[in-house]
Amino acid sequence: MLIESGSPVAADTRVEISLTINGEARTLQVAPWTTLLDLLRERLDLTGTKKGCDHGQCGACTVLVNGTRLNSCLALAVMKDGAEITTVEGLARMGGGNGLHPLQEAFVEHDAFQCGYCTPGQLCSAAGMLAEGHARTRDEIREAMSGNICRCGAYTNIVDAIEDVMQSGAQG
Amino acid sequence: MNRFDYVRAGTVEEAVKAIAAGANARFIAGGTNLVDLMKYNVERPGRLVDITRLPLDRIEERDGALSIGALVTNSTVAYDERVKSRYPVLSSAILAGATGQLRNAATTGGNLLQRTRCYYFYDEGTPCNKRLPGSGCGAIGGVNRIHAIFGTSDKCIATHPSDMCVALAALEAEVRVAGPSGERTIPMAEFHRLPGDEPERDTTLKSDEIVLSVDLPAEGFAGHHTYLKLRDRLSYAFALVSVAAVMELDGQTIKTARFALGGVAHKPWRNAEAEGMLVGKPATRETFAAAADRVVSKAQAQSENGFKVELARRAIVRALEQAAAGTPQSQSDKRIA
Ligand SMILES: Cc1cc2nc3c(=O)[nH]c(=O)nc-3n(C[C@H](O)[C@H](O)[C@H](O)COP(=O)(O)OP(=O)(O)OC[C@H]3O[C@@H](n4cnc5c(N)ncnc54)[C@H](O)[C@@H]3O)c2cc1C
Ligand code: SF4
Ligand code: FES
Ligand code: FES
Repeated sequence: MLIESGSPVAADTRVEISLTINGEARTLQVAPWTTLLDLLRERLDLTGTKKGCDHGQCGACTVLVNGTRLNSCLALAVMKDGAEITTVEGLARMGGGNGLHPLQEAFVEHDAFQCGYCTPGQLCSAAGMLAEGHARTRDEIREAMSGNICRCGAYTNIVDAIEDVMQSGAQG
Repeated sequence: MNRFDYVRAGTVEEAVKAIAAGANARFIAGGTNLVDLMKYNVERPGRLVDITRLPLDRIEERDGALSIGALVTNSTVAYDERVKSRYPVLSSAILAGATGQLRNAATTGGNLLQRTRCYYFYDEGTPCNKRLPGSGCGAIGGVNRIHAIFGTSDKCIATHPSDMCVALAALEAEVRVAGPSGERTIPMAEFHRLPGDEPERDTTLKSDEIVLSVDLPAEGFAGHHTYLKLRDRLSYAFALVSVAAVMELDGQTIKTARFALGGVAHKPWRNAEAEGMLVGKPATRETFAAAADRVVSKAQAQSENGFKVELARRAIVRALEQAAAGTPQSQSDKRIA
């Protein structure tokens, strides 16, 4: 059912929303309590985005919504109707080239992971952070990236990778 | 998460109407607190009223001061050039809280109305008077390291977790709200309440009222201010004790000074008597220590949080020193100077 401003959609009704996901326009029927994270992973099979805590405490679920980094576990899909979503699967495309996004290349170059579970969130968060443009120093990168926990403790290399991309100006 | 009706409001009138008509209805903005609490079954709204499309997403000049719309995100406020130059303590306090991602989603209205982080409040399996009135308070005599040392009651010892609100209290901002009977303005000092006999009520906002904006006063104390936040880890953690301090000096003499504490009470904590002790005095450590002593003389520690009393005393002195010296605490370099 289509959403009309001011009229309630009864619980258990599926509503129609449109999202552009990694450049592809989609029309979807969702239950209002579906989080963006569950929509991406369970319905659309975009399992690059990870569920770590499901409570905003780890950053593994970070995606870009209209270019802004958000925790997709705390966002209701229905509220993002009309938005453009970029997940780790779409980062390369955002980087413009045919290969990996400059951040992905730098993560490989600097060994910025161990198990890799936090990596999609780190990458999307770093892309969002670079676009925000507030961090300049290492201290500032660390603080701006504090919303992404890495249980393998790859922080030093993650900051190295981000610093590299920041300095080269190739942020995609 | 429980099942709920969903209403997307296009106007403030529609939003207020949809709230009044729905059983146990809640507004939802950034969702960073409400969705979290719904996943724990702490909040079980029958209806969610999505207010993110209301035209309350701007920071406007009003009578020589700034009015911040309820939907302006925490990030937008913190990095706004006008806020940074005229109300830097607000920008700093916001940046001390949560993370980049969370601040991008969190709104000004939602931050005001975020709920306590008391462990028992979050845990359905334990007693909590705030979550279930009359069930008791698990934190009194329980695990209460993070709890309040001021203004507690025998029903609840929770703290309000916001950093932003501590700065707004020191600035003496006002909250503009609308309800079925029109608009009203609530001073920051009266917006959050003490738990008393009704810990289920965090604020004086009525259930059918919506926050429209936070209105700042003309004076922003850009010269002398700080937000000092002390916590278990250097980022992405709630305050154990925080202090927002603002000051106006005449040479080395204090003309005006205000300070509010976070992490120690059910609301940003101020002490008028202690603030009064600063006025007309030299901006020295002795002056600040006397005011800090006065504040903590009223503290009442719980079984596990006695350390907060001394921490608060020292934090007040340090914050007032930072403000007086014009060297506010950096929110990225965490060394405390
Ligand atoms: C892991 C984590 C760490 C955090 N760390 C910090 C921290 O260190 N410091 C800090 O200050 N905060 C912290 N936060 C809390 C965060 O700041 C709040 O969750 C956020 O500010 C809430 O805003 P929101 O727009 O997402 O609110 P929502 O979740 O949308 O709403 C919260 C409440 O406000 C009500 N509401 C929202 N807007 C209005 C309105 N306009 N009028 C009336 N009612 C309204 C809703 O009904 C709901 O009850 C943290 C959160 C998480 C998840
Ligand atoms: S301190 Fe308040 S919120 Fe925590 S358990 Fe007691 S009543 Fe509940
Ligand atoms: S899964 Fe969203 S922050 Fe952890
Ligand atoms: S690489 Fe394993 S959690 Fe970060």
